[in-house]
Amino acid sequence: MAAGETENWERTIADIYRRDSGRVRATLIRLLGDFDRAEEALHDAFTEALAQWPRRGMPTTPWTWLVSAGRFRTIDRLRKKKRLQAISGELAMRIEGEAEDAAGMEPEEVADDSLRLIFTCCHPVLPPDAQVALTLREVCGLTTEEIAAAFLTTAPTLAQRIVRAKTRIKDAALPYEVPPRAELPARLEPVLRVIYLVFNEGYAAHQGDAVIRPALTGEGIRLARLLVALLPDPEAVGLLALLLIQDSRRLARTDAAGDMVLLPDQDRSLWDRAEIAEARALLDEVLAGKEYGAYTIQAAIAAEHARATNADATNWPRIVEFYDLLRIADPSPVVELNRAAAIAMRDGPAAGIEIIDKLIAGGELAGYHVAYTARAELLRREGRAADAAADYRRALSMVQQEPERRLIERRLAEIA
Amino acid sequence: MKYVCLVYAEEANMRALSPEAGIRLTDASIDYDTELTQRGHRIVSQALEAPSSAVTIRVRNGKMTSTDGPFAETKEHLAGFILIEARDLNEAIRIAEGIPMAQVGTVEVRPVLSMSHS
Repeated sequence: MAAGETENWERTIADIYRRDSGRVRATLIRLLGDFDRAEEALHDAFTEALAQWPRRGMPTTPWTWLVSAGRFRTIDRLRKKKRLQAISGELAMRIEGEAEDAAGMEPEEVADDSLRLIFTCCHPVLPPDAQVALTLREVCGLTTEEIAAAFLTTAPTLAQRIVRAKTRIKDAALPYEVPPRAELPARLEPVLRVIYLVFNEGYAAHQGDAVIRPALTGEGIRLARLLVALLPDPEAVGLLALLLIQDSRRLARTDAAGDMVLLPDQDRSLWDRAEIAEARALLDEVLAGKEYGAYTIQAAIAAEHARATNADATNWPRIVEFYDLLRIADPSPVVELNRAAAIAMRDGPAAGIEIIDKLIAGGELAGYHVAYTARAELLRREGRAADAAADYRRALSMVQQEPERRLIERRLAEIA
Repeated sequence: MKYVCLVYAEEANMRALSPEAGIRLTDASIDYDTELTQRGHRIVSQALEAPSSAVTIRVRNGKMTSTDGPFAETKEHLAGFILIEARDLNEAIRIAEGIPMAQVGTVEVRPVLSMSHS
């Protein structure tokens, strides 16, 4: 075979790896009952594809071919090692079961495998950081090194987190299943949180790998889409809407110098209208259903901002109403602070300052620089420049992230 | 990504193996090499002679000195290595876990550093 042709096949198979390895792995984990064995089988299947497809042509459904190839190679190897007998009877039957050939699998069953994998990776017996790492590696197909770079940790630390999580899954003999309906609300919560964390890790103004981090926002949206397609729970739909609206602002969030631009100052013509439209359609559907939670409410707030042509044209009374709902669905001092900022926009700065004063006096926002920048902003609008400057200086003593520090310094210079 | 699995062993532990166990370990090691080759993971692997066969070389100010034995006297010595191709560190760890010598000694997994002229 000509060198160019081999290269073409390598490229084709690399594309199929990117597109299909997720569902092939998910199905192999079910058939083989073990993460590591499935990873070996996945590797074997692609090695065999590279050897066979250039000679025999590509199978009609590459991914089912890959599932079968991976499974048969595993059976072969286990037989050779005479280990098949050592594996419990039920599993051995499943591994050898000819009837369960992937080619004959129902589409729903395959979709279920991806869903099973997400629920297993986000199982509550695993620590939250392990849930995120495992989901990114097993569901999204990122490498250990990529995940470590994104989370500013070392590859050995992250690798051990994954090893321990897999051991935990094996030792606890976690069932590979979509949880029964009664458990679903409790089990869905960590899945939604992991997806939100994956997205946010790419979105937040942290430092870190400039290539990997945007990829994480993409993975977060992809996971949310997958979840919505497989399990259209209202909060899952709400989460997808929230991620889409946040992502729609990505080009407007930083200026040419790479500095942060806050929502009121963003150039709204840079917002991605297609993403906003998609999010709004999803949101209308969920809000009509009367059953929704914190992600949906946050999406609804973001959608209100997206609707307005500028900060002053925003429907602040409606945003305050959503914050009133959010403080019931997901009470936290940060929600109270955001509500205070919205009330200030509706009723004037003094109303907001009064609430923030109480929150700070309550002590729950101690050390949180945003409490002081928010109050400083309102004090400035009230014409109390000296008080505002004092708050900005307090915020400077607390802020950790460099882009936020630069933003506060700029504000301070403006009122000096 | 390329990783090297450095296999360390203690001479006392190796000597303590029965002749049959030693043969089984050698056979299993050769079989694992073959398996890794078939699966496209193995680039090169070698077992090494005992540290007493080593000569250590230094060149300082253009002058070479050589001494008998390994660079440092340690309980554990380098007994062999396998250079592998793996998708990521966790796959490399899984491959290292299967190395038969891991049951007698220890295996250190290290990513290969790619050097280039600047």
